[in-house]
Amino acid sequence: MGGLAYNWNDYVLALPITLLALFSIGILLIDLMIPPETKWANAVTALIGVVFSAAGVYKIQLMLDQRHSAGTIGMMRTVIMDRFALYFFYLFLAGTAVAILMSIRYMKDEHENHGEYYALMLLSVIGMMCMAAGGDIVLIFIGLELMAISTYVLVGFLRRDRRSNEAALKYLLLGAFSSGIFAYGLSLFYGLTGHTNLIDINRELTRILAHEPHNPVAIIALLTTITGLLFKIAAIPFHQWAPDAYEGAPTSITGFMSVAVKAAGWAMLLRILLWGLYPMRTIWVPMLVFVSIATMTGANFAALTQTNTKRLLAYSSIAHVGYMLLGMVAGSATEFSIDGLKGILVYLLVYTFMNLGAFGVITSLRHRNVIGDELDDLNGLYARAPVEAVLMLIFLLSLAGIPPLAGFWGKYFIFFSLIESGHYALAALGVLYSVFGLYYYLKMANAMFMSQPEGGRLPVSWSMRIALAVTGFATVFIGIMPEKFIDIVNWTLGMPQGATTARLFVR
Amino acid sequence: MYNHILSIILFTPLVGAIILLFVPKENEDAIRWIANIFALAGFLVSLPLVPWFWAQASSPERFKFVEGAANNWIPTIGAGYYLGIDGISFLLIMLTTLLGWVSILSSWTAIENRVKEYYVWFLILQTGMLGVFMGLDFFLFFVFWEAMLVPMYLLIGIWGGPRKLYAAIKFFLYTLAGSVLMLLGILFLYFHHHTVTGVYTFSIPALYETAPKIYSDPAYGPTIATLLFLSFFFAFAIKVPMFPFHTWLPDAHVEAPTAGSVILAGILLKMGTYGFIRFSLPFFPDVITHTKVRIWMIVLSIIAIIYGALVSLMQKDMKKLVAYSSVSHLGFCTLGIFALTPLALAGSVLQQFNHGISTGALFLIVGILYERRHTREIAEYGGISNVMPIYATITMIMFLSSMGLPLLNGFIGEFTILQGTFMENWRWGAWAVPGVVLAAAYLLWLYQRVFFGTVTNPKNEKLHDLTPREVFTFVPLLIMAFWIGLAPKPFFQILEQPVNQLVQNVRNPQAGSAVNAVLQAPGSEEVSTTSTENLRATKEKN
Repeated sequence: MGGLAYNWNDYVLALPITLLALFSIGILLIDLMIPPETKWANAVTALIGVVFSAAGVYKIQLMLDQRHSAGTIGMMRTVIMDRFALYFFYLFLAGTAVAILMSIRYMKDEHENHGEYYALMLLSVIGMMCMAAGGDIVLIFIGLELMAISTYVLVGFLRRDRRSNEAALKYLLLGAFSSGIFAYGLSLFYGLTGHTNLIDINRELTRILAHEPHNPVAIIALLTTITGLLFKIAAIPFHQWAPDAYEGAPTSITGFMSVAVKAAGWAMLLRILLWGLYPMRTIWVPMLVFVSIATMTGANFAALTQTNTKRLLAYSSIAHVGYMLLGMVAGSATEFSIDGLKGILVYLLVYTFMNLGAFGVITSLRHRNVIGDELDDLNGLYARAPVEAVLMLIFLLSLAGIPPLAGFWGKYFIFFSLIESGHYALAALGVLYSVFGLYYYLKMANAMFMSQPEGGRLPVSWSMRIALAVTGFATVFIGIMPEKFIDIVNWTLGMPQGATTARLFVR
Repeated sequence: MYNHILSIILFTPLVGAIILLFVPKENEDAIRWIANIFALAGFLVSLPLVPWFWAQASSPERFKFVEGAANNWIPTIGAGYYLGIDGISFLLIMLTTLLGWVSILSSWTAIENRVKEYYVWFLILQTGMLGVFMGLDFFLFFVFWEAMLVPMYLLIGIWGGPRKLYAAIKFFLYTLAGSVLMLLGILFLYFHHHTVTGVYTFSIPALYETAPKIYSDPAYGPTIATLLFLSFFFAFAIKVPMFPFHTWLPDAHVEAPTAGSVILAGILLKMGTYGFIRFSLPFFPDVITHTKVRIWMIVLSIIAIIYGALVSLMQKDMKKLVAYSSVSHLGFCTLGIFALTPLALAGSVLQQFNHGISTGALFLIVGILYERRHTREIAEYGGISNVMPIYATITMIMFLSSMGLPLLNGFIGEFTILQGTFMENWRWGAWAVPGVVLAAAYLLWLYQRVFFGTVTNPKNEKLHDLTPREVFTFVPLLIMAFWIGLAPKPFFQILEQPVNQLVQNVRNPQAGSAVNAVLQAPGSEEVSTTSTENLRATKEKN
């Protein structure tokens, strides 16, 4: 691969990232010039930035399609721009766009309507893109830090709210700590293999493990790396930061974190485990089995007793990580299951919409003197805002995995991949925990539909209506007509119609 | 219309629900009228099915009025909008449309707050239930099976009694716990079908071909097949409910609004027995005939019959009494299914229909008293026949029908089940017979305490008798009760072909779907003479 020179290809590959960077700097500049009443212009600028960036992603997609290739490697082999990366790019941008729509009224009510907020969101998306397309552990790590630091600030954005400050501090300390562990693991891999490129690491590891299947350095490196990865997706026992950060953060940011940031964590985990550390599958699968059982158990039990909706949804999102991890476990000892991977990708797609929708409804409960994140604040929501209540019911049932809503499809593919590869006990455990999950979702539904309302009609802003309409429509539509979306995921995995093996690896 | 009759029946209630969404919620009378019109329309559009189905009841193909295809919905995974019915589902569909209409009619004055929502959810529920009985695609079936829990949960949770939240959540969680395991079972069959044939499909007729082979397949074997049977068993046993899984039922029935109880008892419970007949029997014939599973099913059914009846006897709350009587009656139905004779199976299906009619009526009866007095304590009443004579008469007929008195529907069903069971193993039948006697005991005792004597409670003196609307809700049920009681032959003729085919497939799976040995359908005259004597003899003994 050619030297240190960049070529035209590289500029195209960097297009979505460059555009986002330009727009985020632009927002910072424009923010200085506009009067306080027109601060909504920042959000509009950010939305335009997202659209432009999506156009950039589409440009790359067209380029790949023209060449009939599943992906390309660029930027001196640090970037793997394949369909997998494009899929995540679209996912991040969609999640961000909805989160921006949710933020406009909310940040105004919180009197924190500053341009930095949107600029930081766009910056963190740049980090996510680096993580999803990273073919080199250095780029992945830089992307991770860019995303994480932007998110630390966003979590603490409500300066006057002590919960927000506390959450930001906790998140910062634990996040920095986990990044350290993660970096340590990556450096060990570098020391062991002499490469930072994932594909090279993969090759070298295969060679090393062939001589010595239980190379101690490799195992320590794997342990620390995987700890860092699990930290970022908030799997038990590395989840402690999540409920606190989710509760304290501005609600719109909680929604953003629970979908886009989490999806980025997953993209990184999949990149590293499936591209770089795939030769060690026999070692990481048992770890993931343990973590996934612990995650489903711990999160589902912890969620039962929550009275704060943001904390409850935080635990629910941890529980969902547990189900998704099962998709990594599916398959034989040495071969991962393409259906499991498909399950994870579908899950992340539907999760983006249903979870953002649920957070959107909770965000809209914030007005004047009501913080709106306690379970009691949902009381009688049906009488106060019937459309929102019904949408919330749809989101909650979808989270619980009731067909024909989108959330069912995530679980469907995960459990199918488990059945397919003979993991019957894990599948049974997973479905039983999903019944467990229904209980706490119904607690929220009960409050909305079966309790007496407190307060009058709930005003809902236009931007929030658009956000809820988009997420609600997606949740129902993907649920009833999943064909198109399954095709997209198949395309992502490079699966021709009906084929069972994917051309996942770009050589 | 002929080719799309099932879709029309399926979606008429849903169309009503969508139209209701656009009616302002203050306009309660308009909402009531529209809901009732669509409920009635739902029943009326199902009526043409009766002559049409009759015309081809004995045609050899297994499913009639097939609509759609096995993979036209989500081709990637092989799921389709694929409908079709046989005699068994035909009866249950007719029951659903009839009871749906009756229960919506009965809600006119019972529901006073949040009227619009109530009817919207009710109509959606109706579509969900119909879909369960029509789906020939396992995936479609599962979607309806799960989706219909949501409106039922809301009906109990919003319009229910004092412990409605507890009952609603318990109902939802209990049934969901069973059905998620069934989902795994479905996925296994789906995957197995692919390994055998190379095709991914959820089509039930296609799975009928491959699923029975799991038992004798060396790669899976009896253990896996039994586990699969169990994964389905939990879903259906919870729904029926069979003995150790019945605890959700009294809560849900007691707390649900009257119409909700009618639907719960009349139709939701039938989904469990329907599941056994449609899936468990043809999918796992070897598990049923070659392992101890069958005897367990029989034992659980007999326990349910006796236990349900004994518990009913001791209830102080009328609705709870009726709820537990359902456990007992459904025990007869499962006994009939697992007795595995065509006669018992036909009796079981007919008894499911009967139970929908009789118990539905019983819940309406309890509901009428509750609406007037807001209590269901038996001790609060006495001598009601003096103040409400029409009501007392209708109640008497329905009680007699429920306890299985000859000339009424319950008798035909229970007797055929017992007769079929005796043919298989007389001990099973002998154990079940006390259930019939106990049913007479708890119902007659209830009748005596509530209706006979003088009016003991001054609050009951001013009760007004049934309004014309209320009488009208009972008319279709009374007609059905007498029709089945007096002339059950057409019902057995409809059931003859599917039942024979089913039993033959289970008993002798290798023979495939060839049904040549058609068992003689139980003629009505013959049944009623012999059975009357038998039953009389049993009753005199006690």
